[in-house]
Amino acid sequence: MSTAAAATLDRAGSGFGVYNMKLGMWVFLLSEVMFFTGLIGAYIILRFANPDQFAQPGVVLNVPLTALNTFILICSSVTMVKAFAEIEQGNQKGLRMYLLATVILGMIFLGIQAVEYTVLTHEGFVPMSSSYDALGRDGTPPVEGGPLYGATFYTMTGFHGTHVTIGVLCMMFTTFQAFRGRYTAESHGGVEIMGLYWHFVDLVWIILFTIVYLI
Amino acid sequence: MSTIAVPHEAHAAGAHEHHEAIPFIRRYIFSTDHKIIGIQFLFMSLFFLLVGGLLAMAMRWQLAWPSNPDMPLPGGSVLPETMVTDGIMLPEFYNALVTMHGTIMVFFAIMPLLVGVWANYLIPLQIGAPDMAFPRLNMASFWLAVPAGLLMLASFFVVGGAANAGWTGYATLSTSEVYSGVKLGQQLWCVSLVILGFSSLIGAVNYITTLINMRAPGLTWFRLPLSTWALFVTSVLILLAVPILAGGLIMLFFDITIDTTFFRPEGGGQPLLWQHLFWFFGHPEVYILILPAMGFVSDILANGARKPIFGYHAMVWAIVGIGFIGWVVWGHHMFMSGMNPMLGGFFMVTTLIIAVPSAIKTFNWLGTVWGGNIRFHAPMLYALGFVSLFVIGGLSGIFLAAGPVDIPLHDTYFVVAHIHYVLVGGSLFGIFAAITFWYPKMFGRMMSEMLGKIHFALTFIFFNLTFFPMHMLGSGGMMRRLYDPTQYPYLQPQQDTNVFITINALLLFGTQLIFAFNFLWNLWKGKRATENPWEANSLEWSAPSPPPHGNWGGVVPIVNRGPYEYSAPEAEADYWPQTDVAAPVRAAPVSH
Repeated sequence: MSTAAAATLDRAGSGFGVYNMKLGMWVFLLSEVMFFTGLIGAYIILRFANPDQFAQPGVVLNVPLTALNTFILICSSVTMVKAFAEIEQGNQKGLRMYLLATVILGMIFLGIQAVEYTVLTHEGFVPMSSSYDALGRDGTPPVEGGPLYGATFYTMTGFHGTHVTIGVLCMMFTTFQAFRGRYTAESHGGVEIMGLYWHFVDLVWIILFTIVYLI
Repeated sequence: MSTIAVPHEAHAAGAHEHHEAIPFIRRYIFSTDHKIIGIQFLFMSLFFLLVGGLLAMAMRWQLAWPSNPDMPLPGGSVLPETMVTDGIMLPEFYNALVTMHGTIMVFFAIMPLLVGVWANYLIPLQIGAPDMAFPRLNMASFWLAVPAGLLMLASFFVVGGAANAGWTGYATLSTSEVYSGVKLGQQLWCVSLVILGFSSLIGAVNYITTLINMRAPGLTWFRLPLSTWALFVTSVLILLAVPILAGGLIMLFFDITIDTTFFRPEGGGQPLLWQHLFWFFGHPEVYILILPAMGFVSDILANGARKPIFGYHAMVWAIVGIGFIGWVVWGHHMFMSGMNPMLGGFFMVTTLIIAVPSAIKTFNWLGTVWGGNIRFHAPMLYALGFVSLFVIGGLSGIFLAAGPVDIPLHDTYFVVAHIHYVLVGGSLFGIFAAITFWYPKMFGRMMSEMLGKIHFALTFIFFNLTFFPMHMLGSGGMMRRLYDPTQYPYLQPQQDTNVFITINALLLFGTQLIFAFNFLWNLWKGKRATENPWEANSLEWSAPSPPPHGNWGGVVPIVNRGPYEYSAPEAEADYWPQTDVAAPVRAAPVSH
């Protein structure tokens, strides 16, 4: 990754005592925070201005299914932490097992999100200008809504899903490297920065789940 | 937490030894060397500066002789009928020119000229690092900017032409083909800017990491040159502002492409939301476009005056202060947009407060020059030009910041005059200063002092003759982005001023050929530069000109003092490089 990283530690004391890749990831995550802040901010403003366009929680969106999905994503953060803890002890086998678990949990999350999208679009919940006519849950009558509900929903959850997808792909690479024995108790920066990104994506989802599905 | 060892690839330190082994493509095209990437950005952005300038000349031609068959647009015959018919520019094309001039100049010329070029080139050299923290990401940053620029240029030639909703892309003009007549061009505009944003973003991650982690031993934060400080704060602004624009652009793209209604009122969306998102990015962007120039000018003024920079710490905190306050002033672009007037009052006050750190910097520049034994070399002249023109731009900015005064002046040529005083008189003069100052380090050759001085004088004159009268046009009520001022009876008395401005704008453009010649000719024919031709202190002048791959040949420079020890009483020479342990004796006269 970083060819000049070697120079960093030679200059100990001049920086924050954090190696380049880790510092770079933190800095990058700051900008990611701003990206989601922009999307969430736009959502809040549009929703306050058009409360009638947004259905009550649980009427259109399938909250129990997504709650399960949230739980799965949180579990994947736990396995990520475990993977890091294992390699800190130099345990290759544990690292591989927990990384693989994280990849699988991430893929399950994406799979459930894909199912959710498919069902919702079949119910007429699409991000277009025309007003949708989604089926109500639990036998309730169809819901009238506005275009902003679908547009904000798919934009925010879609960009989060994109981040998870990128995360899963990178995690696969990390896992592959772990199976090749590239990480040791002394050198496992790749696992650590992968974890930083993954926990960030998880954290964003908890915020999104709260404001999109629950409120 | 355990300690984490970073893989030692032993590349950065030892690379200079197999310098010759790097094949041409890896060395000059897909290079990971921060100096080559900086130079690549330099050529790319100078090209876009030329393109943006040509667009401006076409606009000025139309404004001086609007739709006049006796004065056909020069070169208009080669353009397609959808742009120029019988030598007369079509209104739609004029709108595209306005939009693309702004977009190209801000995003593809000035921003990369300030950040892409100098953050890449200067930061490792001024902090004594062999390269950036992430050289390959750095290469990706440049090679993302290139397709972004090509997409932007290509949009001129698609159905409907280039985006024409203004460089600010205000909804609903930008969201609806019905209003602007442009769909594909506006989509390309969004895509291009998102790609460029990503390029800037990974650049910023790189600059920040490098600056925090890779400073040479002894180089504390308050021994950094102000160029580096300014580039650091600028990088933070880019890092936090660009994602907001990206989010807005993506929503705009959805509005255009899949009929969402984020910014379209017919579906409950809010055009004002776009303005808030755009300017929440856009105002920090304004400081992205001026802070680096302030940094370069600070270094060059101290060098030319042979005095320490006046109030170094105040200068640093002023940069940081501008960086902070810059986040809470964006609403001053929206006084007349229908925003709540109470909010306008808040933004007015914060905007006026930002004049304080700006004034601190201005007075410190004056204090730096005051009583100095000034060397009027070309970079120094540009730097002095920067200070004087930036002050004029800053003062007209205070007019516009005051809400009540802004009501009559908004969206007139007064705003055009203001932005060009800060962006051309400010940023571009700072860029000229920086290019002439660091050219010897970049290319190992000197630019012509004589041509530099002539170029400075003519640019200074024609710049003022072009842009100062625009204040009067604007006070007289001439709207910006206006296709044909003669259509309005009350603007007809000002038409002679428009002709006067256009003639001077053409001369200003012509003057830049001197710079282009000076720049290109001396790449091959210039006098060989010594290591330290300006007798400056900062670290880059202790490396060879041009520095080899790895910069100091594997040696890490040790820093003993700040970069502004000019005319120190304990030193015999009037400069004292940061690396020198003992006070220097005066060096032999520079031979060139």
